[in-house]
Amino acid sequence: MTHTQKRVFINNAVMVLSTLSALVGMGFLLWILSVLVINGVEALNLNIFLNEGAPSGNPDGGLKHALIGQLYLVGAATFIGVPLGILAGTYLSEYGQKSKLSETIRDISDIMMSAPSIVIGAFVYAIVVHPMGHFSGWAGSIALTIIMLPIILRTTDDMLQLVPSTLREAAFALGAPKYKVITQVVYRGAKAGILTGVLLGVARVAGETAPLLFTSFNDNFLNTDMIKPMASLTVTMYNYATSPYEDWQRLGWAAAFILSMFILILNIIGRLFLLKKKGR
Amino acid sequence: MNNLADKLFSNISKLVAISVLLLVAWIFTTLVQNSMESIKALGFDFILGNKWAPNIEKFGALPAIYGSVISTFIAMMLAVPVAIGVAIFLSELAPAKLKTPVGVSIELLAAIPSVVYGMWGLFYFVPIVRDIFGGVGISMLTAGMVLSIMILPFMAAVTRDAMNTTPDILKESAYALGGTKWDVIKDIVIPYAKAGIIGSFILALGRAIGETMAVTFVMGNVHKISFDLTKAATSIPVTLANEFNEADSGIYYSSLFELSLLLLVVSFTIISIAKFYFLRRKRIA
Repeated sequence: MTHTQKRVFINNAVMVLSTLSALVGMGFLLWILSVLVINGVEALNLNIFLNEGAPSGNPDGGLKHALIGQLYLVGAATFIGVPLGILAGTYLSEYGQKSKLSETIRDISDIMMSAPSIVIGAFVYAIVVHPMGHFSGWAGSIALTIIMLPIILRTTDDMLQLVPSTLREAAFALGAPKYKVITQVVYRGAKAGILTGVLLGVARVAGETAPLLFTSFNDNFLNTDMIKPMASLTVTMYNYATSPYEDWQRLGWAAAFILSMFILILNIIGRLFLLKKKGR
Repeated sequence: MNNLADKLFSNISKLVAISVLLLVAWIFTTLVQNSMESIKALGFDFILGNKWAPNIEKFGALPAIYGSVISTFIAMMLAVPVAIGVAIFLSELAPAKLKTPVGVSIELLAAIPSVVYGMWGLFYFVPIVRDIFGGVGISMLTAGMVLSIMILPFMAAVTRDAMNTTPDILKESAYALGGTKWDVIKDIVIPYAKAGIIGSFILALGRAIGETMAVTFVMGNVHKISFDLTKAATSIPVTLANEFNEADSGIYYSSLFELSLLLLVVSFTIISIAKFYFLRRKRIA
């Protein structure tokens, strides 16, 4: 084999190997996705949305309690986490800028985004569940808020920085005070970006299970009182999937399907917003 | 009026921003406070002891630490080569038509909740491992494999982003000199993006070690160090997920908090190394 032939051979070998690994990787992921869709669609029916949890063997068991509980938990976390995250991100981009304090907050938030979520659950257990003496929906929401906060903060910060400074200067030149420049000019310019951050943040916490295991715990019936333990799709999924009953396992797949679709749709909408912005 | 509003807005936003730092400090101190009882009572026996028996108040975390290390190691060994392959495919090989759809679907798969990966592992992967490797299928090996599949999309996406930072002009120059694709990848792309690629792997490692739900389904929570990978095992997050609601004594709780603290410190360190040493201000992840 000549030198050139050898190089071409190695090149082809690597090309084949990497295409193969892409196929293997995609294959596994397609497998998971198809399992999710097949089992999920098969288990879906109207009862799931209308009925609460039932003992195994009762064909009328549904997921209404978990769906509504999930809405409460994620809704409350969004309600608290989004304004706080946007405010903090605003400070970093508009006031702190490259100061040492801002950089430290950015670094710590970056780390927090990848920190193990189960540890946040343990923390909330110590500060909320233990003093209260019982699990509660609020505890779950607080855990989710803590996970959501750094995500919103960092995307807001990044998105505000993308707003051209000439816009700010133009507004200042008209005599607008800084808070008006921020709320009426900068926020408008970064609207799509901030919204994307919010959508991705909500999508991220909606899939969290570990921090809810010992904060909001679970409830097999509908409960809308956040002082009490509350069902979530994720914890219900975990409990049903690990149960020995086939009908519960089916409900678990239905929950997995509904939740995954919700999260995928949020992600896709978020991306479309960003694309639209880039296109302009 | 405007002056007051201005002050109010800037101070409130500053307060919220600083509270993020305080929150992290609060998390650390709370975990330390709650671990004190077990730190005082058990000392280094906690980390070195290999017997975890809550009924006789023995708390040795070595099996959980061992399980975390080994399952993450298996996951990395399996995921890294595939992730490199996928990243090379996406950044250098795939025709333009495939690049975006395949790339986006990989990113979307990274968004699927880990509990779904765990469920899939339990129902579809456990029987396969049982048939091929023997045992009951609930094992360290299964956990490592499910974990590797769970971190693959994230790892491939960030590795691809790192590779994509290589300026086209460098690659084009190498092609002009007669380099093959592989020459360009190994002599231009990989050296250029080396820090970013290593950073992505370490970041994925940091995520894998703290991952709970993907492994809780398939690991078994058995506190026993076994070199047979087909035996059930446990890891730090698996222990926490399974036992936090069962803990009935002060020292039991305290030792679970000490496990959380250990996990937080380890992942904080790993993620910081990835972010600050390798990824610095590039912020590709």
